[in-house]
Amino acid sequence: MESAEEVAKDAARREIRDRWLLSAPALIIIFLAATGPLLIVVIYSFLTPGPYGDVVWKFSTDGWLSVLMQRDIFDDTLTFADAHLSIFWRSAKLSFLTTIFTLLFGFPTAYFIATRPARQRNIWLFLITIPFWTNLLIRTFAIQEVIRNEGIVNTVLIKLGIISQPIQMMFTDFALMVGMTYVYLPLMVLPLYASMEKIDFRLVEAGYDLYANRFQVLRRVIIPLVKPGIVAGSILVFIPALGAYVTPRVLGGSKNMMLGNLIELQFGQGRNWPLGSALSLSLMAIVMVALLLYVRSVGRQGGAHG
Amino acid sequence: MARELRSESHSDVCLPSHAPCADNRVGTGSALKSGRKNGVIVPEQPGKSAIEVRGVRKVFGTGDAQVAALDTVSVSIRENEFFTLLGPSGCGKTTLLRLIAGFDFPSAGEILLHGQDIAPLPPFKRPVNTVFQNYALFPHMTVAENIGFGLEMLGKPKAEVKGRVAEMLKLVKMEALSNRRTSQISGGQQQRVALARALAPQPKVLLLDEPLSALDFKLRKEMQIELKRLQHETGITFIFVTHDQEEALTMSDRIAVMSSGKILQVGTPWDIYDKPAERFVADFIGETNFLTAAITGMGNGKARATLKSGATIDATVAEGFQPKDNATVVVRPEHAKLTSGKGDLSGTVENIVYFGTDTHIHVRLDSSEAFTVRQQNTRSAGCGFERGDKVGILIGNDAAQVLRD
Ligand SMILES: Nc1ncnc2c1ncn2[C@@H]1O[C@H](COP(=O)(O)OP(=O)(O)O)[C@@H](O)[C@H]1O
Ligand SMILES: [Mg+2]
Repeated sequence: MESAEEVAKDAARREIRDRWLLSAPALIIIFLAATGPLLIVVIYSFLTPGPYGDVVWKFSTDGWLSVLMQRDIFDDTLTFADAHLSIFWRSAKLSFLTTIFTLLFGFPTAYFIATRPARQRNIWLFLITIPFWTNLLIRTFAIQEVIRNEGIVNTVLIKLGIISQPIQMMFTDFALMVGMTYVYLPLMVLPLYASMEKIDFRLVEAGYDLYANRFQVLRRVIIPLVKPGIVAGSILVFIPALGAYVTPRVLGGSKNMMLGNLIELQFGQGRNWPLGSALSLSLMAIVMVALLLYVRSVGRQGGAHG
Repeated sequence: MARELRSESHSDVCLPSHAPCADNRVGTGSALKSGRKNGVIVPEQPGKSAIEVRGVRKVFGTGDAQVAALDTVSVSIRENEFFTLLGPSGCGKTTLLRLIAGFDFPSAGEILLHGQDIAPLPPFKRPVNTVFQNYALFPHMTVAENIGFGLEMLGKPKAEVKGRVAEMLKLVKMEALSNRRTSQISGGQQQRVALARALAPQPKVLLLDEPLSALDFKLRKEMQIELKRLQHETGITFIFVTHDQEEALTMSDRIAVMSSGKILQVGTPWDIYDKPAERFVADFIGETNFLTAAITGMGNGKARATLKSGATIDATVAEGFQPKDNATVVVRPEHAKLTSGKGDLSGTVENIVYFGTDTHIHVRLDSSEAFTVRQQNTRSAGCGFERGDKVGILIGNDAAQVLRD
């Protein structure tokens, strides 16, 4: 005979066991897919580069030191080198600009969709997601086709007699910004739309009713209400933009490198996997710090708004 | 303070020709001379109209799906008036308010504010404020920020906004909660904030779209009195929307009864209740007995009606209305009297319902029509009748009225 207490204890034990069993698949995936590879990267960053890529299992901090320093090949002294730092800075700047541009174009787009009749909205959303159906590389080459010297824009402008020489757009920051804005725009539009759709449009009418003109309604009513969408969209754009690889490679050329390309270089031609690993982890650290600062600053402004 | 504000407010909103309208208002009270008519205070002089709606149509949708939410509505709303739009859900009340506020545009017709066509003015330039049906308070602002929003948008100096917000908080008794989020206050309090927010910029006309419908009974009664007080104290024209006939009767200076996009009748609560122009109005406002009758004679504003039972009664006829051979005669339950002897009608008591202040006695007439008599209760005695009693019904002079259907 079991006492009631023991029965209850048994049930509790069983429940805990079931809970672990049920969450096991998720835990395994999290470990295998996220923590595991990350661990490998951390370990590699502390090893010595092998002669033809790969790593030699010998502890070294050179990978990390090389992120910001340069070892003189003759006397082995370390000196500060800003080559990597400037690429970090450049990447941060371009990603920030990408976020701003996608916000500028994405906001009116999302607003337009959110204010369509309910049935039309799905069609517009569908159109927004169409680019996802095509490979990123192909879309990027399509942009190249538009802006290259013999591309559509230059040809039309020359035919119209507006310019006589093609405008060099390829391999410039301009090309990069066009490409990045285009590629990441849907990632901004979708979360913006999600929070705009939830707006009670009577609040907008209340704004107009209380003598706010269109601009004031935008600034004082709509933007505060869609702030969660702005935050989510900015994060979704900024983070992948910071690690962008294909777009800067195709449109920016080899001179206009971004972090993604720098990392790729270490694993490819550079044959310095520890440095590549250290750079990757640095990128991750930057993202996390930027995210933390952003969420906290938005949280402070929005905190008062509950 | 309020008086000074009044003459300045809307300087950038009001068209130049609106300016004189501010002058004939005296102070904050509704000092407009008013008289008492049948227990209802009505402006003695019709006064100038605050809002004039002329032949306004509003059609939604296209083709087969077309709905006329408003079907050629004309009405004139006077200054300082508590005017109510009363009608069942879907009759076009909100649509009319939205047209006045400027959120929608009429398909035809025009709306005048103090004699000026407001069609070209966007909502943010109309000196009209709205209390929305579900309040539509800004969730990202405090109570005080909500109330001050309109004044801030009008570009009033900070000090003035602050003073006026404090004044409004006091007016709606919300001083203690000024720094709360609007999500942290009760429905009744949200209602007060919505009112204060709409009143703060001192609009010429305040539109209220079923502002009390979300409140429970007791709070609603309180707010009804509160609203009347506010209207009295501010002297602002109120256009109040409700589907509750009792609310309309107790609060309004005048009522417009609406149905399916049309205004059926405009008048004082007394007019609407006692002289309904048509069957819908009589049916919608209060309880009424309808009797089919044949008109056998006319004269002196009265019609001689022969009822199904064969009895004849004299019924008043609305002005300018020529009844046909067959007509409906209406009698309010409280205007008829039961007798155990012979009356104008006869029937059998079917049911007796006790209401505290009065008792409703449902009678099945010999003509098989239903008829209800309302009898005031006295302290000691019961109603004096029992189910199954054979009774007569006396219809007093002036109690019956002939209606157009
Ligand atoms: N934006 C709209 N689009 C289509 N039909 C509408 C719209 N607004 C109102 N209606 C229709 O117009 C009629 C009147 O609506 P409304 O003015 O909201 O009525 P009420 O406020 O009296 O309940 C209803 O039949 C409603 O379905
Ligand atoms: Mg409505």
